[in-house]
Amino acid sequence: MNTMEALGYEIRSKNAGPFSLTIDVFCQDSDVFARLAAEPKLQAPAIARLFRRSVESISVFRIEALNVIKISLPRPVIQGALQDRDMHGAQWAFMVRDALLAAEQSSD
Amino acid sequence: MNAKIKVLTPTGAIGTGFPREAFEKALLECPDVIAMDAGSTDSGPHYLGTGTTKSSASILRAELRVFMQAREKLGIPLIIGSCGTCGSDAGVDLMRGLCEEVAAELGQTVRIAGIYSEQPASVVKTALWEKRIKPLQLDFIDDALVDRCSRIVALMGVEPFIHALEEGADIILAGRSTDTAVMASLPIMRGGHPGAAWHAGKILECGASCTTTPAQAVVMATIDETGFTIEAIGEGARLTPRSVMAHMLYENSNPYVLVEPGGVLDVEGAVYTAIGERTVRVEGSIWKPSEDYTVKLEGAAPCGFQSVVMSIVRDTEYLERFDEWLACLDAVMRQRIEKHLNIGSGDYDLQFRAIGRNAALGEFESRSATPVEIGVMAMATSATAERTKDIVALLNPYLLHFPLPGDKDLPTHAFPFSPASMDRGVVYEFVLSHVMVVANPLAPFRFDMKTIEAA
Repeated sequence: MNTMEALGYEIRSKNAGPFSLTIDVFCQDSDVFARLAAEPKLQAPAIARLFRRSVESISVFRIEALNVIKISLPRPVIQGALQDRDMHGAQWAFMVRDALLAAEQSSD
Repeated sequence: MNAKIKVLTPTGAIGTGFPREAFEKALLECPDVIAMDAGSTDSGPHYLGTGTTKSSASILRAELRVFMQAREKLGIPLIIGSCGTCGSDAGVDLMRGLCEEVAAELGQTVRIAGIYSEQPASVVKTALWEKRIKPLQLDFIDDALVDRCSRIVALMGVEPFIHALEEGADIILAGRSTDTAVMASLPIMRGGHPGAAWHAGKILECGASCTTTPAQAVVMATIDETGFTIEAIGEGARLTPRSVMAHMLYENSNPYVLVEPGGVLDVEGAVYTAIGERTVRVEGSIWKPSEDYTVKLEGAAPCGFQSVVMSIVRDTEYLERFDEWLACLDAVMRQRIEKHLNIGSGDYDLQFRAIGRNAALGEFESRSATPVEIGVMAMATSATAERTKDIVALLNPYLLHFPLPGDKDLPTHAFPFSPASMDRGVVYEFVLSHVMVVANPLAPFRFDMKTIEAA
């Protein structure tokens, strides 16, 4: 479950250098893209709250040609610092997915 | 001027494997250069901190041999950037040593250029005094921070590669470079469209990641005066405008703009058109030269000696009351460590990671469930090896036997090995995110050219 087939989207996160995190939301088609592009959980204020960063530090790119929503932010912890728990930053995508699933369930 | 320049990238990083048949097939299309990189910051600060290489020398040597044979057969340059994972001088020397061995073995006469990118602290401090250091994601920098770094590298642009090529290099083994510059250098030297050359470089940098068939393809870009064509080569290899465009998202915080030494690549207006199933044409990428020429700096500094002890907790009651158990263990350990070693809370770092509970996300974890078992990883870091050893000695019996409050029996948790602790030596942190303004793009880099004569 929770694959592109089940949800209509897939979320990945990755370092963009040691100091930035980038989250890509791949939508299966333009309908899912249109829905998620308007989804409050994927807007800068919600992402800022989720990752405890300032709203100004969050960039959201809605790339219609690819049906992708890209969110970039300062890495919550610098890569490889003593407090870092995930060298490649891939697990943060699950936070966004869980927040999105919770929002979808509560609106059902 | 050569109207069309073909850049072949057989792999996203040397040492990680590549599809041999696809590579041989690509050679039939007569590339003008074979280019790839050998590193990035993605594996963390250890490599830059120590100057060491992640890949095994024997695997690097075996791949290098294939690329050197192909290079000689076609009479074209071979360019490898970010040698040694982190682009350290030792990483360049490692690759040069392997290259010289292979050249002797193959009876090749080759001109090898080593380009070194480590920056002495004095150079960075001079730049700091002259206000030529500008912050990117980290503001703070002073002389003491520069001195703390065990190693600083500057990321080179295309100019050092072009210089080495003009000096007749057959093989370039470079220190830290931007991923894109490695691939963009020959097309730019030969007069290819600069926006297209840099954009092609970005698409090529992870090898076949921009295709829909990454396991069976190598990629080649043909840069001309108006744009570039990217081709997936190999049995069944495919790429699409979407897969090519999507690669601009990869490890990149802005999908349209890439800041490079000497300018900015802007691909917002780029148009991607399919030509058959394995070729895409890209036009409209723009290169905007910047006023100042800057090179990005990466620096890693030691932050202590670290040891790790791991224990596995399985008792059902312990799992149900795990947070309480761990909070007690944490408090008791800190008290004992500070009392026995006569140190303060700022003299060491102690963290517990509960694997099976929230080890990867920590306080951000929102899921909860009772697992079969929890791995308790204690990580101790301090300024000296001796102190870390003392802390680990104190942790050991507690991680083995620490009871739940009120439990009269002394439990024995599971230690997976003997000794129970793993000494990680010195650990490092990335401390620089700055650029250095330079008057000459070659100035921060050192060149060492040598012709190896066949015996």
